[in-house]
Amino acid sequence: MRKSQIILFILALLIWSFLTWPPDLQHLIIGILVCGFVSFMTGDLFVKRPHRFKQFTRYLWFLYYIPLFIWECIKANIDVAYRVAHPDLPINPGIVKVKTTLKSDTALTFLANSITLTPGTMSVDIDEENGFLYIHWIDVKDKDIQKATEIIVKIFEDVLRRIFE
Amino acid sequence: MNETIGMFFIIVGLIFDFFGCLGLIRLPDVYNRLQASTKSVTLGTCGILFGLFLFKGFTAAGIKAILCILFILLTAPVSAHALARGAHKSGVKLWGKSVCDKYEEDKNALSKTA
Amino acid sequence: MKRLRWFLGLIIIIIILAIIIFYPFPSLLEWQSPLLRHSFFILFFCALFCLWRIIKGPTSADRAVAIDILGILVLGFCAILGIPTGRDWYIDIGIAWALQSFISTLALSKYLEGRNFDE
Repeated sequence: MRKSQIILFILALLIWSFLTWPPDLQHLIIGILVCGFVSFMTGDLFVKRPHRFKQFTRYLWFLYYIPLFIWECIKANIDVAYRVAHPDLPINPGIVKVKTTLKSDTALTFLANSITLTPGTMSVDIDEENGFLYIHWIDVKDKDIQKATEIIVKIFEDVLRRIFE
Repeated sequence: MNETIGMFFIIVGLIFDFFGCLGLIRLPDVYNRLQASTKSVTLGTCGILFGLFLFKGFTAAGIKAILCILFILLTAPVSAHALARGAHKSGVKLWGKSVCDKYEEDKNALSKTA
Repeated sequence: MKRLRWFLGLIIIIIILAIIIFYPFPSLLEWQSPLLRHSFFILFFCALFCLWRIIKGPTSADRAVAIDILGILVLGFCAILGIPTGRDWYIDIGIAWALQSFISTLALSKYLEGRNFDE
């Protein structure tokens, strides 16, 4: 057994035991059999760099990321409610281009997800080779790449680099 | 006590849901509608599910509600991203008063060189 | 003119909310609190907004967006229905619906891009 297969087995068993919550011998045996088979077949598809799961500081940064994300999410919703309910519709939309330095797939996915759920921005497309993100912004403050990067990406990029890179 | 807090979460989620669906009607083009409705409806439904978790406690339904929250937070932005990309590639224009469209410019530049 | 339309819309929404709160809609369930019952019917009203966008939407992308949002709203229906009936399997229906709605949204976006399903 390789390390990536063992990590996938533990994650799959955790989710299975949450789905059949009051823990039970029958469900546990079936879960161990099926999770073992699945992780044996598709082990190295999902987890590519298993040594990163051992580094403890990544989990601490992830714990810091959660309240930051929830706070931005609530701010975004109050912003959207204000814009929708205002009689003049104070929107100023446009698609801007933003540069990011993150490389790995998981980090880019999490960055795009956090951008979509934060105030006024939504990711439209990713150019992975050059590290550009195209972002639909409901209230464009600056068309320049540098300044838009400072406003949109800066909040999450440092934290996500410490978690996933 | 738990049920009162759960009812509070359900009502807050419901208000966000309502504003999201209002945005679906009021805003002028596809991208703005997608923005407002995805953000508000995702957080609103998460609020309703968290209220269900507070009602039920650590039983089967409560744990499944927490799993549902994680699932929605992971998948709703992905589907919004896919829909926006598909709409832009199928040729839906931005609203008339939009400021800039860097994506369209880059696509035109690529097609000229290629 | 714009303000007049906004004001008319506000009046219509307030009238519908008042009807939902004060008119006793018939329902077979025993609701634990009246607030829960009102919240169920307000969610129904939100789903009507989505249906309006599906019927009217000028392009097919608008319809796809409305279908996606309706899929998430159904999850809210399942969560609220789980409380008064006391049955746990409503949230199972919700999980299955969320999975299916996510995959169908991805398929719709592929269709919008003008590609085939096997690419």
